[in-house]
Amino acid sequence: MQRTLLLMSIPFLLYRLLFSYVPLIGWAIAFQDFRPRIGVTPLQSLRTNEFIGLDNFRVLLDTDTVLGARFVQSIINTFGQALLTQIVGFICAIVLSLMLNEVRQNGIKKVIQNILYLPHFLSWVIVASLASVALALPASGGIINEFLLWTRIISEPIHFLANPSYFWGIVAGTHLWRNLGWNTIIYLAAMTAVDPSLYEAASIDGASRYRKMWHITLSSIKPTIVILMIMNVGWLLTSGFEIQWFLGHGVNIPRSENIDIFIFRYGIQMGNFGLATASGILRTGISITLLSIVNFIAGRLGSEKLF
Amino acid sequence: MIKSLEGKQKTRKKPLRLEPIIFHTINYILLAVLCIVMLYPMLNQLAISFNDGLDAVRGGIRIFPRVPTLENYRVVFATHTMFNAFLMSVYRTIVTVVLNIVITSMLAYVLSRPEFVFRKFITIVFVLTMYFDPGLIPNFILIQSLGLMNSFHVYWIPNLIAAFNLIIIRTYIRGIPESFIESARLDGAGDFRIYWQVIMPLCKPTLATIALFVAVGSWNAWFDNFLFNAARQDLSVLQFELMRLLAAATGVGAAGQGQAGQAAAAGLGVAQVSPLTIRAAVTIVAAVPILCVYPFLQRYFVHGVQLGGVKG
Repeated sequence: MQRTLLLMSIPFLLYRLLFSYVPLIGWAIAFQDFRPRIGVTPLQSLRTNEFIGLDNFRVLLDTDTVLGARFVQSIINTFGQALLTQIVGFICAIVLSLMLNEVRQNGIKKVIQNILYLPHFLSWVIVASLASVALALPASGGIINEFLLWTRIISEPIHFLANPSYFWGIVAGTHLWRNLGWNTIIYLAAMTAVDPSLYEAASIDGASRYRKMWHITLSSIKPTIVILMIMNVGWLLTSGFEIQWFLGHGVNIPRSENIDIFIFRYGIQMGNFGLATASGILRTGISITLLSIVNFIAGRLGSEKLF
Repeated sequence: MIKSLEGKQKTRKKPLRLEPIIFHTINYILLAVLCIVMLYPMLNQLAISFNDGLDAVRGGIRIFPRVPTLENYRVVFATHTMFNAFLMSVYRTIVTVVLNIVITSMLAYVLSRPEFVFRKFITIVFVLTMYFDPGLIPNFILIQSLGLMNSFHVYWIPNLIAAFNLIIIRTYIRGIPESFIESARLDGAGDFRIYWQVIMPLCKPTLATIALFVAVGSWNAWFDNFLFNAARQDLSVLQFELMRLLAAATGVGAAGQGQAGQAAAAGLGVAQVSPLTIRAAVTIVAAVPILCVYPFLQRYFVHGVQLGGVKG
């Protein structure tokens, strides 16, 4: 009996080890002086390279050099983009969930929900494409500029992509557009689990709609909110790739280049595997540290823990 | 008693009755605006894709084409590259989904058996992969060393089992009463037969959800193509071709991809179509298959997300 079960699982165990654990050997590159050479595969090179200790990490974190400054800026950008995306996304998703929760006609609610979930299924390439159109000048169909001009909020069109200071907002905005509806699913599910008698009791005590939202709905879904917040901390050094890749031009690179783009440029495009791998390790290290700290604090405060 | 209470509330609430009307009106207006914001960009591309190329460059098209034509779609499907990329996307999606479903559910069944000795160990090996990723470069070296570069196999081999899906299916299987398995065993069925003929049919709702997610992920993927198969035009998938058109339009010097994209756009630039309308048409072609299956599978994925949320 065990034999069949083994036959049904061992091949896939080996598969997972090969694709998720064997590549960890490649982390050795971060400690090597890696130079791409013609006719030498990276694997052969991995075996013969000279070990240089932590030099790659030193180079990356030395902000006096152009490279170091660029790397540190890419971490700041990733963190800023991700934090803004998460804060905006979080608040909007909760507010939208409350709004949807107040819709009483189930048919209309379903239709609205289906429309709101839709963008989540579009690929990031399509989202980036739509964003590039929406952010363009009015003459090229830039609907955002057109709207702002029409409502007299601005008197001249804004070059969103030519000004670095807009870029974090663009990242947050595109993520919001794509994932807003989708993120409400989990909150709405938590809201349907709230005991209806609480609302009735509150009504009899004369609580207004907003007090009920705040004291009953929101406080009932608090555990869900906390656990999602903790989980999201693990993603604070991930802010996507496509938006930065397609919309990040020369002008806005100081604000658009995130770690993923940095790793891609230095690793794949310039062939500096050592630096790129070291960047990746730094990112993983920081992410896991952040997650552990927050998880620890959450545990101390007596709220939900992730692990 | 209840009647009298209701009556009391009504009389007491009368002066407040305006509030719900105002609230719901504002709520519906805001939700309607939000729906428009979500739909407009795609409707706009849809209109442009059905519009004459030269006319579209003038701008000002909203959600209705000004000079309607089917020319853009004709060009997209008549261009060998694009049509091939469409087929390649379909092909990779089908292969990935079928293998994913069969393998993930089989492994989930094995890991749900309490008597299996390596159950804990294998589960941990898979769950850990949710928390770390070796990174771009080590993965790149692995794929290159395995000889998967410039081949179709790079589209499905690295994406066979996702730990998250595995846990969801395992949780579902655990909820199936043990008596199903016991009676099958008494009838002389081995573990594989139990999985294939008893467990798999019972898992249909969950498998449908997982299949949707895997299909969407596979259809939308472009980075593996970009990284490993950029040199093989015949292996291009639709999202990658769209990416090249986009790179050409936004002027990204994406590793020389910009130039390639421009060439692609120029190659398509027959009279009466423009890169703008072609890009819109490809966007629609890349989005429509998913939007078509979406309404049918919608009830499954909401269920799936809730399941994952509870266990994740």
